[in-house]
Amino acid sequence: MVVAIQIPGGRTVPVESLFPRLEPLLPLVQKPIQYVGGELNSVVRDWDEADVRWCLMYPDAYEVGLPNQGVQILYEVLNEMAGVLAERTYSVWPDLEGLMREHGVPQFTVDAHRPVGAFDLFGVSFATELGYTNLLSALDLAGIPLSAADRDESHPVVVAGGHAAFNPEPIAEFVDAAVLGDGEEVVGAITEVVREWKREDRPGGRDELLRRLAVSGGVYVPRFYDVDYLPDGRIRRVAPNRSGVPYRVHKHTVSDLDDWPYPKAPLVPLAETVHERYSVEIFRGCTRGCRFCQAGMITRPVRERSITTIGDMVRGGVQASGFEEVGLLSLSSADHSEIGDIAKGLADRYEGSNVSLSLPSTRVDAFNVTLANELSRNGRRSGLTFAPEGGSERMRKVINKMVSEDDLIRTVATAYSNGWRQVKLYFMCGLPTETDEDVLAIADLAKRVIDTGRQAGGRGDIRCTVSIGAFVPKPHTPFQWAAQADWTTVDARLQKLRDAVRSDRRYGKAIGFRYHDGKPSIVEGLLSRGDRRVAAVIRRVWEDGGRFDGWSEYFSYDRWADACAEVFAGGPVSLDWYTTRERDSVEVLPWDHLDSGLDRDWLWEDWRDSVDEVEVDDCRWTPCYDCGVCPSMDTEIQIGPTGKKLLPLTPV
Amino acid sequence: MARPQPDREADVPVQRLRIRYAKRGRLRFTSHRDFQRALERALRRAAVPMAFSGGFSPHPRVSYAGAAPTGSASEAEYVEIALAERVDPDRVRADLDASLSDGLDVLAVVEAVPGTPALPELLTGSVWEIVLPGLTEGDAAAAVRAFLAADRVEVERMTKKGMRRFDARAAVVRCEVSRASARALAESRGECAILRLVVRHGTPAVRPDDVLAGLRVVADLRPPSPPAVTRLRQGPLDEGTGEVLDPFASETRAARTT
Ligand code: SF4
Repeated sequence: MVVAIQIPGGRTVPVESLFPRLEPLLPLVQKPIQYVGGELNSVVRDWDEADVRWCLMYPDAYEVGLPNQGVQILYEVLNEMAGVLAERTYSVWPDLEGLMREHGVPQFTVDAHRPVGAFDLFGVSFATELGYTNLLSALDLAGIPLSAADRDESHPVVVAGGHAAFNPEPIAEFVDAAVLGDGEEVVGAITEVVREWKREDRPGGRDELLRRLAVSGGVYVPRFYDVDYLPDGRIRRVAPNRSGVPYRVHKHTVSDLDDWPYPKAPLVPLAETVHERYSVEIFRGCTRGCRFCQAGMITRPVRERSITTIGDMVRGGVQASGFEEVGLLSLSSADHSEIGDIAKGLADRYEGSNVSLSLPSTRVDAFNVTLANELSRNGRRSGLTFAPEGGSERMRKVINKMVSEDDLIRTVATAYSNGWRQVKLYFMCGLPTETDEDVLAIADLAKRVIDTGRQAGGRGDIRCTVSIGAFVPKPHTPFQWAAQADWTTVDARLQKLRDAVRSDRRYGKAIGFRYHDGKPSIVEGLLSRGDRRVAAVIRRVWEDGGRFDGWSEYFSYDRWADACAEVFAGGPVSLDWYTTRERDSVEVLPWDHLDSGLDRDWLWEDWRDSVDEVEVDDCRWTPCYDCGVCPSMDTEIQIGPTGKKLLPLTPV
Repeated sequence: MARPQPDREADVPVQRLRIRYAKRGRLRFTSHRDFQRALERALRRAAVPMAFSGGFSPHPRVSYAGAAPTGSASEAEYVEIALAERVDPDRVRADLDASLSDGLDVLAVVEAVPGTPALPELLTGSVWEIVLPGLTEGDAAAAVRAFLAADRVEVERMTKKGMRRFDARAAVVRCEVSRASARALAESRGECAILRLVVRHGTPAVRPDDVLAGLRVVADLRPPSPPAVTRLRQGPLDEGTGEVLDPFASETRAARTT
């Protein structure tokens, strides 16, 4: 099928499928199936019948990107809209990238193999900052100029979304716009603006389209904001440079998740991917207030999906996909007001079938074990995961993870005595105010867990795996001002911890130890809290061959460190300046003009409370403590119980 | 569709169905593992009452037979499934086809006649079509003549166990250069030669790429771009005529008599 797009000057170029040109390259690459599309429930809509065309990207390999919920939801929402078409693209591995460059094949969508450059909008979802170099690869392969300033009307409007978009400043040069928060409703609003502008025959060109998006107040267009710096490197001021453009851009919040029961028909890949399951988000938001958790802070308030909608989605999604596993997702799934009834209802419905249920909850309490028991009716009791996050009681007060050591021990005792044989514990290293003792406390805790397990389980083959991640301070959290621990400190603490675990023979084999070194976290820290000056580093790293930074086999710390040294040479800022430096309350942070709803004063107080080891409660069950989100976003906590129960499924 | 509880005994199969499916178009890049996952999911989606094996992690009983390599298309792939309840094979064909992506197409489903040989024993030969873009019929014919004239043609292929060297000649029952059809010419966008190849299955299985490697060895034949390979038939090889017969012949006969 040959269709045409308009480019300036009235010339038309046909938009053909790139597949005939891609096909001869596929036998030469690893896992070609990831590039051919054709997944069950994928859609190919007629190009000419759509007046607004979106290309959606998850900037990582297909095996990671395909299961991404955000992309799947928007793909379905957009394709259901009249006159709208959405296709997907993922990062291509270096083997194919090389061949595409050699043979002049541009970045393509997997649905109809159309060139990404031919779409109106190019929406890129960033779950992590480590996808930034992959964004540059995709833009470059698509023939889209890397700098937004160099683009014209023939190029798609590049829109960043996802959690990392809450501070898009490091990629501000490369994107035309960024959207904060829930995408379901705002993609429709953006689509309307583009449709209108195209219908009027593109008045004012690209600049006018971006202006219209910016004045809506819900789309951040970096080019309409100027950033000035102080001589010492800090930001002096961020201000709009165009009238009508708001000083602050706010995040989007879908109030009723029952109105948006997506994905309904999940994509079923032929290639193997990281998650082979149907996931239903059972609520969005979290109010537990863990201070390190960006996701918890920026998705407030809590909005539950009702038990009946969850039941309907599970039934429909399993039927539409043939998936065997159903995941009940959220930031803390055991906190749903009707989780007990949901778990029992679903377990009853699917008892004796091949459908297994999982609940990624790491809450440290006996109720969580009860839930896991319920959901494991169809399967084996292998491992349970708990996340105390901090090794010492003091550390847990700092991060506001309200779990006492006795809670944890009681919980694992319950788990082991219920037949669970393996317990996984998540911790972080490099937290604010942390000392060696705080980290070494993890070893004592793990040993107590094994002792408890041996007593409770009455057997020797008890195991406990300790998983440790390095802490990265994130924007829009109380730790946004904190100094990140340097990687040598993190690595040294992890080494001491490992020695402490290994030193005692009685536990040697029973305690597993998983951690990554601290270097990648420093780069993540740079990209998380960076400002517009970091763009030059990203570009330098990419030009130097940096790709797939989330993959240890591709990541190179030295490449990033060298690029920083080169780019920042002679100036006031540096890699350390962005990462290991503590900020004070008056410093203008690069994301201050982006409104997550959280009150800056409240965040600062919470940061001070944290250092004083003062905890804060969960506003779902205790009175509101004025974090600011509900009034500023005009939202409120939406929770049950509805009192409804799931009825048995009647076979059709 | 019920699955046995953990640690339960295996189901007793009450019916065995043999399935012929095609791997077409872009889905020719599906690997055998990819297909296995897709099929098992499609069986669930289509609610086919599979017989499950016993043990701790029961799995549906599916027997696969010699799959076409990743990147090769096929009109003749075979698989057998064991069922815990009797079903109508035509219904399974339609349901299963609807539950698989377009390009993995279920062509026929028959009930295995008790006593017929197992699939791997039936599938002793294949007919392949190899489209060689950018080559003339004449070049290809000369190379094929040289290949067929040789007693042995040693080729190498990387296998899971490392590099293997073996003879690609003996397994080739026939190899002809056929006139390129208009369709093939259009698809390869220019000149192309087409080989029609009949191979006997054996160990190691000689595949079209091995024969192509052989043509390179004997006549330095090098197609300028990757060839398009399709398995056209698979079944019992008639050594007398060099024809590959229909592996569902007894089932078709049985269906006719009932
Ligand atoms: S404004 Fe109050 S109720 Fe709303 S999330 Fe913040 S603390 Fe909770």
